[in-house]
Amino acid sequence: MEKLIFEKSKAGKRAAIFDVKGHRADEFLSADLMRQEVAKLPEVSEPEIVRHFVRLSQKNFCVDTNFYPLGSCTMKYNPKINDFVTRDERLATIHPYQPIETAQVIMQMLYDLEQYLCSVTGMKRFTLQPAAGAHGELAGMMMVKAYFENKGDKKRKKVIVPDGSHGTNPASAAEYGFEVVQIPSNERGIVNLQALKEAVNEETACIMLTNPNTLGVFEEDIQEIASIMHKAGALLYYDGANMNALLGLVRPSDMGFDIVHLNLHKTFSVPHGGGGPGAGPVGVSERLVEYLPVPLLKSIGDQIVFDWNVKHSIGRLKSFYGQAAALIRAWVYIRCLGRSGLKQVSEDAIINANYLKKKLEKYYLPATKGYCMHEFVLDLAKEAKDRNIHAIDLGKRLLDFGFHAPTVHFPLIIREAVMIEPTESESKETLDEFVEAMIAIAEEINNNPEIVRTAPHTMTVKRCDDVLAARKPDLNYFAEKQAKPSESITAS
Amino acid sequence: MNHSFLPLTDEDRKEMLGTIGVREFDQLVGNIPKNLRQFDLKIPESLTELDLIQEIESRLKTSHSRKHVSFLGAGAYDHFIPSIVPFLAFRSEFYTSYTPYQAEASQGVLQTIYEYQSLICELTGMDVSNASHYDGATATAEGVMAAINHTGRNKALFARSVHPDYRDVTKTYLRGRDHEVEEVSCDGEGKVDRGDFAAKLTQEVAVVVVQTPNFFGLLENISDIAQVAHANGSLLMVVANPLSLGVCKAPGEWGADLSAGEGQPLGLPQFFGGPYLGYLTVKKPLMRKIPGRLCGITKDTEGVRSFVLTLQAREQHIRREKASSNICTNQALCALMATIYMTSLGKVGIQEVGVANMAKSNQLRKELSSVKGVEIITKGPIFNEFLVRIKSRDSFVKKMEENGYFAGVPVDRWYPEETEGLLICATEKRTDEEIKQFVSSVKAVLK
Repeated sequence: MEKLIFEKSKAGKRAAIFDVKGHRADEFLSADLMRQEVAKLPEVSEPEIVRHFVRLSQKNFCVDTNFYPLGSCTMKYNPKINDFVTRDERLATIHPYQPIETAQVIMQMLYDLEQYLCSVTGMKRFTLQPAAGAHGELAGMMMVKAYFENKGDKKRKKVIVPDGSHGTNPASAAEYGFEVVQIPSNERGIVNLQALKEAVNEETACIMLTNPNTLGVFEEDIQEIASIMHKAGALLYYDGANMNALLGLVRPSDMGFDIVHLNLHKTFSVPHGGGGPGAGPVGVSERLVEYLPVPLLKSIGDQIVFDWNVKHSIGRLKSFYGQAAALIRAWVYIRCLGRSGLKQVSEDAIINANYLKKKLEKYYLPATKGYCMHEFVLDLAKEAKDRNIHAIDLGKRLLDFGFHAPTVHFPLIIREAVMIEPTESESKETLDEFVEAMIAIAEEINNNPEIVRTAPHTMTVKRCDDVLAARKPDLNYFAEKQAKPSESITAS
Repeated sequence: MNHSFLPLTDEDRKEMLGTIGVREFDQLVGNIPKNLRQFDLKIPESLTELDLIQEIESRLKTSHSRKHVSFLGAGAYDHFIPSIVPFLAFRSEFYTSYTPYQAEASQGVLQTIYEYQSLICELTGMDVSNASHYDGATATAEGVMAAINHTGRNKALFARSVHPDYRDVTKTYLRGRDHEVEEVSCDGEGKVDRGDFAAKLTQEVAVVVVQTPNFFGLLENISDIAQVAHANGSLLMVVANPLSLGVCKAPGEWGADLSAGEGQPLGLPQFFGGPYLGYLTVKKPLMRKIPGRLCGITKDTEGVRSFVLTLQAREQHIRREKASSNICTNQALCALMATIYMTSLGKVGIQEVGVANMAKSNQLRKELSSVKGVEIITKGPIFNEFLVRIKSRDSFVKKMEENGYFAGVPVDRWYPEETEGLLICATEKRTDEEIKQFVSSVKAVLK
């Protein structure tokens, strides 16, 4: 157990020191503006801080140390050249409000990136503002709403999502005031066309779909789905979480989608950073261009400038212009791989997934038949019923073999789902090692289920108690000393 | 084809396709309608790393012929970043990991999130922080939505001195649900107009949002606003610059129920506006209304202290359309950078950095106040920046740029009445010499 940084604090220790040249706070602040109680930030020396964080880092799995087959999250290699470029001081010190002609190096890269994303998806224009996939979804819902309002079509308050969709889809629709209608999948794990037809009516604003879907299956009826939606006057939203399967293979625009978000931290190698920052640019078809958030980018002569003149814009979505350094990383990635490299990315991702699926199907039951796209789901229902081993147990046991757990218990339509996405970044040798570990665990499930049920055994901690954490939330080291509810809250 | 990012060889691909039981790749995607596969990817061909570096170098050479000394702020600041911040944050183990769903394999990231939450709560004087938000604007917007949910009222009352982007983003967020944003005007010095405030503080107001230091740089006593808002049954949100809170009164000390803001000053590069760090902290009664990830302490099966993501029943991956927010990916790495930064400064450094910033901005304002042609608008206490008016401002800014300075941020884009308004900022990084030369240059240009 590593002590908290607060537990390492000792009065008088220093790291960063600033010369205040004899100045004091009370020269500049009257007493009523001054902090009353000193902020108890820890007092630790620089070598101790370095050791603290390096030691913490060593308690962490990451893509650079371990295979990370986390389905839907596309944990691919994050090229170091991305960071070499973005850590350049000449880029890192550019201020968002400096004269735009002095920021052209970034503006030009952002402009290029928009063109590349348009090419990959077939969409007409992109906004680079959204900070993450869910933020992009929110932008999409805002545009859907504005589009229908502008057309005077006020009845369209419903958004359809398949039951296998990512949780962010219904959450984004609801966050912006839409009513969510969930439709079931059919026996092949794809959209049930009959259920869709029954759900669609004059109140339907749009459907949110990911394709390939969360079972790793291509929605082969997508053109019919698009036709059903468009005939009913509704729109199609593409959740780009699974775009890593489709680079150079299929464009969302050709499938009939009107709005698309891409997760640059999945498909375009922006590092996940332990949970962000990512970037979730949103592309639209011609008819929604006038609804994009401001500002957009515009080329005038040899300069790229901001365009604030977007007729029905939903407004501003984020301060400044988006996660610039993340966007530049994606630019670097796309330029390094180029046209044929990007196509190869998706081909290799699909080959890797099918190879794993084939190798594993003798030992575990796949949730779907046939070939998969870039990921697939195993169903541990039998293991759960016969041996009381759940998806999460398999995931935890994999940690002991040096592999990060797949996504478990998602999608929700497969109760014991184990969702595996190898990405293109893994070698055949690594995949073979993973298969061996999975086979070993399959044997354990039969012969020694207890070792699986109580896994992990080799991490820095044993299995953590989620229930205790939620029952007695301890979210802040200083909380006990500070709990002084304010007047209005105690009153209400 | 072989590419440096792709480990499979042609031989591997062939063998693997054989294992799968197909001859060629296209058989794996045979269910994709043929008409969907007829397009060209219009993207340049691949570059080697060397080619790429040389291309960027040539772009930088043409656009970065000179380095300007920056007096720009307005929500993004040029502060010193200790070397250990990027050094530690860029370790692969932090940098290339995902959201810590598998707690046992993510204790490192989880502990840093817990430490971040504790540090930012301590600094802002609040009880509960989420694991981070996209930026100051979105943190403000989602904080307002939490306040609306908590009170059942439908209006947010913003001081017009709150960063314009934060107000705009909140308006964008609220539009979908028939909630509204109303704005309170400011007086001639940038203070909240108390009369206008009292008039607009109706029973519909869920939350009053004020910023300190505000967009014009002013530090304002907001005790009366807190009191009046609370007496009205409204919540108070204070948008603060966390770097100022070693010396300036904390949101919790003002009586805030929520605090949100921009964490970029805590060790993050300016990088053209992002990625930054939205912080959002609340008092305990709002704990279950806060959006985003929360990391909490628990025990493992052997009773050892450990960390997990918790109170997930608020979140989209469990609750779907009933979640408190749709947020999933946030800004964990930025929060880590802020954590290392706050730790490096410690109890004393956070006060020193506050004093150092106030010393520089006050020195600059004092020297400019005696320059003919510069009218100081923000006359009260400041942290980093202040508003001035300068006749023929645009040509002044242009000439200063030619002299090697980014002299300030023109504000009429957001405050159309301020046609001569320029927001000038000095952080602890501006040297005495730079300030002196800048003032000489201002004098020369305005002569």
